[in-house]
Amino acid sequence: MHTHRIVAALLSAVLLAGCAPSTKVIMGSEQSAVQLRSYQQRAFDTADKTQTLRSVISTLQDLGFVVDKADLDLGTVSATKLSGYQLRMTVTARPRGTNQMLVRANAQYMDKAVEDPKPYQDFFTALEKSMFLTAHQVD
Amino acid sequence: MTTSSRGRPGTRGLLIALSAAAVLAGCATIPEDALTPTPDSLERRQLQSRRLDGISETSLLAASAGVLQDLGFNIDESETRLGVIVASKDRSAWNAGQITAAVALALFGAHYAVDKTQKIRVSLVTRPALAADGTPRADAQVLRITIQRLVWNVDNQLSRIDSIEDPAVYQEFFDRLSKSIFLELQAI
Repeated sequence: MHTHRIVAALLSAVLLAGCAPSTKVIMGSEQSAVQLRSYQQRAFDTADKTQTLRSVISTLQDLGFVVDKADLDLGTVSATKLSGYQLRMTVTARPRGTNQMLVRANAQYMDKAVEDPKPYQDFFTALEKSMFLTAHQVD
Repeated sequence: MTTSSRGRPGTRGLLIALSAAAVLAGCATIPEDALTPTPDSLERRQLQSRRLDGISETSLLAASAGVLQDLGFNIDESETRLGVIVASKDRSAWNAGQITAAVALALFGAHYAVDKTQKIRVSLVTRPALAADGTPRADAQVLRITIQRLVWNVDNQLSRIDSIEDPAVYQEFFDRLSKSIFLELQAI
């Protein structure tokens, strides 16, 4: 009887530990913020936030996304691509100095953050064409 | 005789396990071309876009919201300053062919999850058309819609997630939009 209780207690402890989301899952990323930013953000030589966001939206539509949300004041656009898989992106644009916009992109593929620089490079290449401006690397 | 068939059974098992792991890991990574324009991107853009003359962006958005409502969509989000309307509708995904197949399979004791519901999502985006000198025009707009669908089966599992690319769907939408614009312009 006593052994049964201990086994039950141990089992539930294991189950609960499995359910509890770790801090790493909620807050963390595999890479440092500096590393992430090096490939997730670019600067463009324009002070026009509206035009930048409109270009972001049209680039996302070109890439097969459906927009989920857009907010001019906050400078964010979120969109989802469904193509047998699910890819979510949030792109933000905010002023950098007086004559640049800083564009930051985050992608999530299925249930994982995309932490491979290549897809972000592809996104900024497509965005450059839509904006008729060069994307500058930011340090 | 191939190398693998000469190997000990243990090695073979390991190889199978490793390749299975590689396949599973492959499933979790983003496809190579997910964020690159494909050869049919331009064609899709033409299918999904229309240029509309003689209307302001605000009036066009109002007319578009009307069409979406006519089609039974609910507006989820909008940011008119960026020309964006997001709408969706939930509908039954029952399909006679699938049900027949499921019944046939059930006769032999197999379970086949039939599609039950679907959510159709639309994002409708407008932008001012450009004049010859590259400046935005107040009285001509370009509108683009993108549509996607999520289907759940009777087990409440996502059974299908894809983009709608049937030209007839877009044509139907733009036909209705033309009528709605006419009504919108009449009201002014």
